Amino acid sequence: MEVRVQSEPFDMGAELTRFAAQTEGAGAIVSFSGITRDLASGDLTRMVIEHYPEMTEKALTKIAEEATARWSLTQCFILHRYGEMAPGDPIMMVATAARHRAEAFAAAEFLMDYLKSRAPFWKKEVTATGETWVAARDEDETALNRW
Amino acid sequence: MVNLRYFAWLRERVGTAHEEIETEAETVADLIEELKARDEAYAFAFSDVTAIRAAVDQELVDLDAPLGGAREVAFFPPMTGG
Repeated sequence: MEVRVQSEPFDMGAELTRFAAQTEGAGAIVSFSGITRDLASGDLTRMVIEHYPEMTEKALTKIAEEATARWSLTQCFILHRYGEMAPGDPIMMVATAARHRAEAFAAAEFLMDYLKSRAPFWKKEVTATGETWVAARDEDETALNRW
Repeated sequence: MVNLRYFAWLRERVGTAHEEIETEAETVADLIEELKARDEAYAFAFSDVTAIRAAVDQELVDLDAPLGGAREVAFFPPMTGG
């Protein structure tokens, strides 16, 4: 299990290759990457992600431990950035490895659902005319009920 | 003394990222009421408590959670990670 919080950009291909090398006994690897989405208007200058440094890693570790306890994962990885992102920049990724794909998929979805609303990150969208905090969506909260 | 931390728009609305206070509040909700009574900025920041999340000593809690011997209480909007 690995959890990493960083401001620097990352190479998702390199991270996935590194992850795959640590998944002994696995027959399936699932990964998800979140990308800085431009606004529908195409006006996004940058996204700024604030976090709660003393809590972030603890919260992510708790989520990864929960996933590892629920599914028999051979490996689990969460990487999340904070600070400034340009449109198209990777924000975060999760990867799970298990003997079979169903567990790897379910665990990855679980990680994402919890990351959305239980990890202390807040996104702000910045355009040439102003900045707006991204509002949490009700669907993100209700998504937790299925677990 | 309790260390208070604020994040995202809550930080912007109260105008500070952290402060140290003395409080007799027994729960997180009591502390919110105490803060709201301070001035207009706090009253506005905390006006809709359904939009407030809290952590006590870096663990997420419900607003009715006891403060006990908390060293740090953080307030913030619903999280938007991922």
